[in-house]
Amino acid sequence: MVSVPALAACSGPLSTLDPAGASAGLIAGLWWVMLLGAALITTFVFALLLLAWWRKPAVGPDERVWTMGLGVGFTLTVLVGLVGYGFWVGERIVARDDGALRVSAHARQWEWEFTQPGPDGAPLVTQDVLYIPAGRPFDIEITSSDVIHSFWVPRLGGKMDAVPGRTNVARLMADAPGIHEGLCAEFCGIGHSVMRFTVVVYEEGAFPDLSEIAAETGEQP
Amino acid sequence: MTDTTPPSPMAPTTALHSGPEAETTIRANAGQRALRLHRELTEVWADLPGLRGVFMSVNHGTIGRRFMATAFVFFAIGGVLAMLIRAQLATPRGDFLDTALYNQIFTMHGTIMMFLFAIPMLEGLALWLLPKILGARDMAFPRLSALGYWCYLFGGTTILLSLLAGVAPDSGWFMYTPMSGRVHTPGINADVWLLGITFVEISAMAAAVEITVTILRCRAAGMALTRMPLMGWYLLGTSVMMLVGFPPLILGSILLEVERAFDWPFFDVARGGDPLLWQHLFWLFGHPEVYIIFLPAAGALSTLIPILSRTPILGYGAVVASVLGLVFLSFGLWVHHMFAVGIPNMALGLFSAASALVAVPTAVQVFVWIGTMWKGRPELSLPMLHVMGFFLTFVMGGLTGVMLAIVPFNWQAHDTAFVTAHLHYVLIGGFVFPMMAAITYWMPLLSGRWRVSGLGEAAFWLIVVGFHGTFFIMHLTGLLGMPRRIDIYPDNPEWVLPNLVSSIFSMVLAMGFALFAFDIAMQALFGRRSQRNPWQAPTLDWAMALPAPAYNFASLPGPGKDEAGALLALARGEGLVPGAPRGWRETLVVEPGTGRPDHVAALPTNTMLPLATAAVIGSFFALMLAGLYVLTPLAIAAIIAMVWRWGAVMGTDRDHPPVEAAPGLALPLHWHRRTTLAYGGAVATLVADATLYACLIFGVGFLSVVAPGWPAPPSGLPAFLAAALSCLALAALLAGSVAARRVEARRASPAARPTAMIGVAAGLVAVVALAGVGFALDDPRRHARDALRGVLLGFALVHAVIATLFALRAWADARAGRLGATRRGAAPVWRLWQDYALATTAASALLVGLQEAL
Ligand code: HEM
Ligand SMILES: [Cu+2]
Ligand SMILES: [Cu+2]
Repeated sequence: MVSVPALAACSGPLSTLDPAGASAGLIAGLWWVMLLGAALITTFVFALLLLAWWRKPAVGPDERVWTMGLGVGFTLTVLVGLVGYGFWVGERIVARDDGALRVSAHARQWEWEFTQPGPDGAPLVTQDVLYIPAGRPFDIEITSSDVIHSFWVPRLGGKMDAVPGRTNVARLMADAPGIHEGLCAEFCGIGHSVMRFTVVVYEEGAFPDLSEIAAETGEQP
Repeated sequence: MTDTTPPSPMAPTTALHSGPEAETTIRANAGQRALRLHRELTEVWADLPGLRGVFMSVNHGTIGRRFMATAFVFFAIGGVLAMLIRAQLATPRGDFLDTALYNQIFTMHGTIMMFLFAIPMLEGLALWLLPKILGARDMAFPRLSALGYWCYLFGGTTILLSLLAGVAPDSGWFMYTPMSGRVHTPGINADVWLLGITFVEISAMAAAVEITVTILRCRAAGMALTRMPLMGWYLLGTSVMMLVGFPPLILGSILLEVERAFDWPFFDVARGGDPLLWQHLFWLFGHPEVYIIFLPAAGALSTLIPILSRTPILGYGAVVASVLGLVFLSFGLWVHHMFAVGIPNMALGLFSAASALVAVPTAVQVFVWIGTMWKGRPELSLPMLHVMGFFLTFVMGGLTGVMLAIVPFNWQAHDTAFVTAHLHYVLIGGFVFPMMAAITYWMPLLSGRWRVSGLGEAAFWLIVVGFHGTFFIMHLTGLLGMPRRIDIYPDNPEWVLPNLVSSIFSMVLAMGFALFAFDIAMQALFGRRSQRNPWQAPTLDWAMALPAPAYNFASLPGPGKDEAGALLALARGEGLVPGAPRGWRETLVVEPGTGRPDHVAALPTNTMLPLATAAVIGSFFALMLAGLYVLTPLAIAAIIAMVWRWGAVMGTDRDHPPVEAAPGLALPLHWHRRTTLAYGGAVATLVADATLYACLIFGVGFLSVVAPGWPAPPSGLPAFLAAALSCLALAALLAGSVAARRVEARRASPAARPTAMIGVAAGLVAVVALAGVGFALDDPRRHARDALRGVLLGFALVHAVIATLFALRAWADARAGRLGATRRGAAPVWRLWQDYALATTAASALLVGLQEAL
């Protein structure tokens, strides 16, 4: 199968398989486990199917083995394990009330306006660039003023929709300083393909030089 | 001849009467010359020659074939659009289509494939096949089949034309508001979708009502529900899901169209609406929809696999239980399309677990199918090859479905190419492959011809290779972060290669489908005559000449004559209700559970009425689309006039002697029974209607509790006036209910007629009183609460008008002498409707009263 080419093929500025934060890491782990399980199950089912062509008819397990054993027993066991694992991951990545850093992302066709603590700690409003310190969990409040958009930084974690009239909160964290890409994942009209943004992760206490960043990312601070 | 044949080894699926409860009392009719019977039946059942046949046919065979052929054309068109999408995405800076057009194209691709291909295809298969496997001559409501077809054709054509005119829908196939609202889609693009799809959905509702009633009542004598062919169970599950699944979409579309046209704010946050209400209504439909598409396909698999493996299915009971499980569970999953909208964690967990759970009944079926192949001796014929294509594809689609049910992973994969890959694995794996298996399997019955060449195998391999080549790598593309619905990706070189691979293989896929179509066309045109029962299937659908005649069975199957082997006996008229001696299209109606013969229904024959009705309904939608709202009352009047004519040809003004269905088995004609097919249809319709109403109440609850922008501004409803008018309306509706009962009770006396007139008068009073309430309501444009009140009132008004029409119908029946000691005319259906109108109006009044009091 071609699904698992060299791991190098898994990297990329928007790759969920190249995590750069706790949440994305847990989910990537979940994915690899699920991929392995799915590969095993697929192989098992295909093997059963192939055997059907090669074996003598009418000898074999009786009906209950197929229905209750494989259909219900086997499937439920796998599902209970998987759903449990999913809950476990979910518990670790949802926002909670622990006084984490709060920033906000406001979406409109087709740009992002971020509010975050600036160099001096005072709130700083930026366009299409989000500044966050490394190694510190933060909650991002996501809102929209026109249609539904979706905030997504694949290397940091899952996406969360920006729905007019409500404020959604996602918990993210970036491991190390660097620059990550983000995009709008929900179809939002003509500009959807280009509704991108950048996340600048800086060393705690060393807020980057805005003009340098501007030169690097091509975005206006 | 009595039923002395020993139970066949294929008992559970096919033999229907081997149990002790078998009706051994039905005796065989005397044999006749098969050819004479055939001529007599053809005279009565055939479509008219020439153009009149095109416009006037109501036969399930003709309509079913039309549905399938038209659906295939839409599949081809959707496929061409898919090729355009893939061409655009083949390179990162594709400037082949501009963004606005690209948005129309992917929206139309999804919309066409889901609404104009998949659903109509399964409707067509059901219409064409169902009477054949159940042992009936037609569907329960032939005119409704035809009406559905014309609505589908007209609605679908309109949607297509919008693409040619460059004003096609462009907000994605799930039409999220506010994108699809007036502000962000000012043109008619969204109206085309909302009105066109609602128009097309008339055919889905018609099919749902008709499939439900046909399965419950138009089976072979003695075919108990618990022993009907599995396909019957699958289609029953499908039709029930359609009855309950489509109303949320229809309601949502009505609300959104009313918001767009008249500025009533259901989805506008500033005025108490909520875009999430649309998402709930849409996915309340959209998720069951996926199972609506899957179930008939799975039914085909459960039919084909045992036959092509020469053994009965492994677990009839387990399969029926899984079908019921799927139907039930699939209504509890819709939120898994909305994991990222900001749903409370508790709910996320619940819906995640429920979504995973749905894999259990699916897995049971997959293992039953494999176990059946183990037990039997599978043969690699072309249909079987497509069955293998199903396994190869669907298993993986199911597994990625379970992955997507796990919330954290969903947050990453949602709205990316991973989901596009998943949905094509399940739709093409779970629907297209089984349908190709079904078509290649039933082609001899459909066309009377056998395959010409080995092209089918080549097509199969192209499709398998093309499909997996296109979509397998898309899982990776999605995990690399590529969102769906984008037209360019200039900054992401890492997506270039996988996209190119997908695009190249999609050409192979397209070639495969083209070859498949070519192969089928060759078979239909040049194939040699197929021998009878070419697959040596034991099932009833092969107990007829090839190609299937319009009437299916010269005499109807019954105990001992319920398998393919009964072909000759049935053709000679030894079964029930042989021929068409009265010149009517007759079919047997049985008791729902046991299959005991109940009466004989004389079905309607060729008529222009369905086409004309679809045309006037179309004129309504066209006026809405054109924004000529003031003219719509004309169209509504025309629709009412047409529907009146439907009723006018029902009923009879004299008593008919019972029909001797078999020696010693005299059955009444349907005019002399209360629980007719039509009555069953009315009940099924009300189930759908009640679902719509329930969704409306859900909307009221959802907005008042969840939406920002509440509480609503102070109500300006004049309390006393509104209460008085509502009470008057309710009293009048109650009077109508009493009148309906009286009319039915006194049907044989001259008092029936004036009583019906009282019902009409009461109905009119209710209509006027409700209209009066309308003037008291606050401006519905002010706030969602006021808009919802307007909708509740509109609902009550529509139902009161229809109730009044039923009363008028009963009055006309009485006047025309159509009532009698055993003839009830429209009275029972009137009563049903009147009670329902009363109950829903009372509930709405209570709800508004509570809102006012709190
Ligand atoms: C003939 C082969 C097909 C190809 C090559 C194909 C290709 C595609 C592609 C590339 C997209 C994604 C566009 C995007 O969002 O970036 C798409 C979307 C979709 N396809 Fe297909 N497709 C095929 C057949 C089907 C069939 C048979 C069905 C359903 C029965 C279907 C249903 C859909 C739906 C519902 C969407 C989502 C549309 C939207 O986002 O609004 N497709 N298809
Ligand atoms: Cu956006
Ligand atoms: Cu977007």
